[in-house]
Amino acid sequence: MSEHISEISTNKPVFEDNDPQDELITLNIGPTHPATHGVFQNVVQMDGERIVSGVSTIGYIHRAFEKIAEHRPFYQITPLTDRLNYCSAPINNMGWHMTVEKLLKIEIPKRVQYMRVIVMELARIADHIICNGILGVDTGAFSGFLYLMQEREFIYEIFEEICGARLTTNIGRIGGFERDFNEIAFAKIEEFLERFPPVLTEFESLFNRNRIFIERTAGVAGVTPEQALEYSWSGPILRATGVDYDVRVQNPYCSYEEFEFDVPVGTNGDVYDRYLVRNAEMWESLKIIEQALVKIKGEPTGVFHAEVPEFYLPPKEQVYTNMEALIYHFKIVMGEIDTPKAEVYHAVEGANGELGFYLVHDGGRSPYRLHFRRPSFVNYQMFAPMSAGMLLSDAILNMSSLNVIAGELDA
Amino acid sequence: MSSIKLAEAPPGVEGAGFFATSLDKAVGLARANSLWPLPFATSCCGIEFMATMGSTYDLARFGAERPSFSPRQADMLLVMGTIAKKMAPVLRQVYIQMAEPRWVIAVGACASSGGIFDTYSVLQGIDEIIPVDVYVPGCPPRPEAILDGVMRLQDIVKDERLNRRNTPEYKALLASYGIDAD
Amino acid sequence: MELMPIKNPVYVDLWEQIQQQFPSVVSAQEDDYGMLTLYTSKEQIIAVLRFLKKDKHWQFIHLTDITAVHYPLELLPFTVVYHLQSLVLNLRIRLKVAIGGEPPEIPSATTLWPGANWMERETYDFFGIQFLGHPDLRRILNMDELEAFPMRKEYPLEDPNRVDKKDLYFGR
Repeated sequence: MSEHISEISTNKPVFEDNDPQDELITLNIGPTHPATHGVFQNVVQMDGERIVSGVSTIGYIHRAFEKIAEHRPFYQITPLTDRLNYCSAPINNMGWHMTVEKLLKIEIPKRVQYMRVIVMELARIADHIICNGILGVDTGAFSGFLYLMQEREFIYEIFEEICGARLTTNIGRIGGFERDFNEIAFAKIEEFLERFPPVLTEFESLFNRNRIFIERTAGVAGVTPEQALEYSWSGPILRATGVDYDVRVQNPYCSYEEFEFDVPVGTNGDVYDRYLVRNAEMWESLKIIEQALVKIKGEPTGVFHAEVPEFYLPPKEQVYTNMEALIYHFKIVMGEIDTPKAEVYHAVEGANGELGFYLVHDGGRSPYRLHFRRPSFVNYQMFAPMSAGMLLSDAILNMSSLNVIAGELDA
Repeated sequence: MSSIKLAEAPPGVEGAGFFATSLDKAVGLARANSLWPLPFATSCCGIEFMATMGSTYDLARFGAERPSFSPRQADMLLVMGTIAKKMAPVLRQVYIQMAEPRWVIAVGACASSGGIFDTYSVLQGIDEIIPVDVYVPGCPPRPEAILDGVMRLQDIVKDERLNRRNTPEYKALLASYGIDAD
Repeated sequence: MELMPIKNPVYVDLWEQIQQQFPSVVSAQEDDYGMLTLYTSKEQIIAVLRFLKKDKHWQFIHLTDITAVHYPLELLPFTVVYHLQSLVLNLRIRLKVAIGGEPPEIPSATTLWPGANWMERETYDFFGIQFLGHPDLRRILNMDELEAFPMRKEYPLEDPNRVDKKDLYFGR
């Protein structure tokens, strides 16, 4: 990695070692260091307060998702995707369902697509709340975190209303949703659209022009678009460098092409820009949810899944009373359904970047091979090289603004 | 009149200007209501713990205001999330570094039993490497469940005998995990 | 291999250019889902990747993913799969290289993208594929002490050393 370190650090103030008597010290950060918000280990060489070089060690929560996925039928893989990026589990669930639907060429009704959009954008807000709230905590301001967490709890309430779970939602089914959003869910989504903007405005007024916050974040860990692309970055941190790459726009899925929203981009790619991009994305997500609610009203009510009896589990009451439903239930659960022998790659815009599912299927019960293209894993590898020349305290901020989620990093 | 409730006094003998109870009980009361947690959060359950610490659920109400990120000053180790085999020695080290008396809560299915991850890389429950006092089920457990787990631990702490940590049984327990109980 | 004709006109252009550049060492197929897959050899892969990345028109600058698939019954049991994306043309392609041998070897793409580093380390960790010229090829997710390569098909999912799980109770 050393040749890349010098390449990266050229546009940063490089610390010059004037005193040859100085000795470098080696510092181990992690894997349980509280400032890293997860299980990341970095062994860094320090010259005083500055990092000279570093090596990241990951894998402390490697759970062998891809191996498990080879032994599970499609619908049992949804709970695994929950635990990838657990801050925004519904996006992963939907991404996985859409991958299977792409493989099986299932046409999804518009209403279901809008419902999915609502769920995914709520999840994106929930994820950005964590990231920006924690960034505040790391710069020494706890109150912003508390303000936003309250609203995050409300998003959880909406999820609970929709699927019964808070965090690892396992939301939806292949072909749609398990049940329709009830009245309370719709009412809560609308209430959220009412109550969140004032809180977000308050949060922004706490931070955006806050002298201390700007001093800590602006100009820290700046990345050029070229460097970011060389390291295959995607998501908010790539957009903060000025590249307007967003999967929702580039390869629209779930009818995102019908929605009016902006792709916020930054200019410097530093921690402050990443913070601003994430905040702006929350506003855009609110806009999308608002439009989706209007669009849903124009669709026939009560449609919450595609008509694919061979892939969508029949309702329980029919399973107990109807012979055909019972047969389908068993066939689906036992994996005795004809599936094509094919490969698909499907990507969604996860909260951290492009979340890809590469599914190789041989027609059997479970995927022959399933590979997750995990944004945290790809984004995080630049952390150690880009830390060279940085203050240790800045590197911590850099890490929290990359929003690396351990579950997604290690799979 | 303040709505703040004081902790219930242990049973004892009360009279004009004095209150007598056993030392065990008094110490237990103090310990139970000032458990300093050490969050050992690795994955999903850690996010629910974040919610537990946050404004809605507020773990601080139970005397766990200050999460101690240094094992040496913590009483209650909360293991939240999957512990991979790569992580196991780290967790064990953290436990060894804690000062007595120390208690452990395994939060969530993964910490309790490995959960859905019955794979080559995941430790099948932290009780394979350290003793556990309370298990909280759920994947992930709701914040209420985590709070319940902490309260159950408080019950355990209240009733703990003062010399328990010096008994041969306790030393044998630690020895069975290969931990030196000096 | 029976190859279907490519339908997407953009892919047809790309395929013609690649054929001119690399006659007879690359074949191509468009799948049902509108993705072009290029099949090439390990001798040519870096040259093909370099062409795709550096070409002024195509500009496949975003290395989305590197992974591998294990087909134990094939003559060349490992297929290394690259996903590239051209952000300018909004085009994705997949490249596949079948390799064999023990250990299987393929040149590293880190010379083109520094970001290929961890993706290749992960692939090495899971499949034991040696990426020649990789600056730091060691395990990334699994423990260093692990001897097997767990994503190979012959490796079991569950820990084979477990004693508490008796087959009797699981109906096997």
